[in-house]
Amino acid sequence: MPNAEKTETGMRAILAAASRWGLDCLRCVGETTLFMLAGLKRIFSDIRIFRRTIQQLYVIGYKSLFVILLIGIFCGMVLGLQGYYTLVKFGSVGMLGSAVSLSLVRELGPVLTAIMLTGRAGSSMAAEIGVMRISDQIDALEVMDINPLAYLVSPRLLASMISFPLLTGLFDVIGIFGGYLTGVLMLDINEGAYFYRIANSVTMSDLTGGFVKAFVFGLLVTTICCHQGYNTHRRRDSVGPEAVGNATTSAVVISCVLILAADYVLTSFLL
Amino acid sequence: MQTSQTWDIAFSHLDAGYGEHAVLRDISAVLPAGKISVILGESGSGKSTLLKHIMGLSRPMGGQVHIAGQDIFALDATTFRRLRRHMGVLFQDGALLGALDLVENVALPLSEHLSLSPKLLREAALRVLDMVGLEEFADYYPNQLSGGMRKRAGLARAIIAQPRILLCDEPTSGLDPVTAAKMDELLLSMHTQFPEMTIVVVSHDLASFKAVAEHVLVIRDSGLCFVGSPAELLNSADPYLRQFLERRSGDAGVARQRPMNAGVQEALTRWLAS
Repeated sequence: MPNAEKTETGMRAILAAASRWGLDCLRCVGETTLFMLAGLKRIFSDIRIFRRTIQQLYVIGYKSLFVILLIGIFCGMVLGLQGYYTLVKFGSVGMLGSAVSLSLVRELGPVLTAIMLTGRAGSSMAAEIGVMRISDQIDALEVMDINPLAYLVSPRLLASMISFPLLTGLFDVIGIFGGYLTGVLMLDINEGAYFYRIANSVTMSDLTGGFVKAFVFGLLVTTICCHQGYNTHRRRDSVGPEAVGNATTSAVVISCVLILAADYVLTSFLL
Repeated sequence: MQTSQTWDIAFSHLDAGYGEHAVLRDISAVLPAGKISVILGESGSGKSTLLKHIMGLSRPMGGQVHIAGQDIFALDATTFRRLRRHMGVLFQDGALLGALDLVENVALPLSEHLSLSPKLLREAALRVLDMVGLEEFADYYPNQLSGGMRKRAGLARAIIAQPRILLCDEPTSGLDPVTAAKMDELLLSMHTQFPEMTIVVVSHDLASFKAVAEHVLVIRDSGLCFVGSPAELLNSADPYLRQFLERRSGDAGVARQRPMNAGVQEALTRWLAS
């Protein structure tokens, strides 16, 4: 075969593989979106969902509280420290309150909370639903005429839409307190200046933007984690317990990547 | 809801499988109402696939499954869901929900569809748990129970809504002979208490088949190789059925003698001696 022909065949193969990959990605996005819409649709279908939502609020929200507060305070402390040594070069240490609060409210609060919740609650969602799938529990629900989406996914979606913004708010508050600890108590910045700058620089739109991000991240993380767990049996790379492990890993990786991608898109709309 | 007089299950030229791969081809048979039908076959022969088609969890590649005279895959979703309310299923390992205790698990079909008080739900669950001998374990979680107990709890959940059809997937697999015999007795007592119930048992346990079967289907090489009564099966002269019933492998039956690689053998001997 002449060289030119070989190159053309190779190019065609690469193009075909790329197209297949692209189509697969599109199919996956469409499937996940439909899964989310089906889950959302069933939130208001049955009063029993609210009882299960309270259980999920405990699992996703309350049980993650400690780790969120811990990460929040250290994040605020590091921001205070880094901010101080940067601002001191410009003689603007009084701006530390603005730097810490805006970083937290606009970006770090929603993003870090969502990433922590992915690791803490999202992974357990994917694993739990995955185990239910491979041990016939989801089939059993279907046979009992219990809609598995309404039973498993809708309460988690609702609980996430409530707990992600609430935990983000707590992360912001405790982070600002962490900045106060380093800035005011350790590095001797004026306490009044610190809080005055916060009150002056953080606007309602910053707060709303942060909560909108947290809400969207909650929806994204829960949809992806539940979808990965729910479709454990359809994985091509593995079966059984290994598939549950792989579904959990995929859930965490895809969620984290999508949190950052969605953050960029949302920020560009909100600014 | 019911269009025919009895809750027969009938397969008509059923082809079943996963994706492009056919596991069962051209299956036509009737599982009569009010009898215990046992579906026998080797592991991987497609017994559980057939059961999944009765439950409507998998769609056939061709042919039909009729329950109470209705082609279940031709029904609209609502009518099919109404029909499925009359089915109780015992899955292989019970398929109990790990987050719920036994009472909650067993009462689940009622608590999700009926507006009953917690007291009434508990009473109903305890009644069926008592039938399977698990009343004293009512507040235990599935992970605190043995395999046999989980299966019995699964059976209690399957019968709590008084189904017309009871489907049991390998009810005695993985159980010791005494527990397996108890499970068989339990199925027979269900049959006595609910004589109109169509019971379908998927199994490869010959002792269990002999204890409970009133009607038998044997699956081999993706098709049915026997349909009839247990007595007919036991008296059959068909070479494969004799081999199946007498638990003969059909091969030479002797492990092939192939010497182990000398290096591996030496390393293994050293490790075992260390």
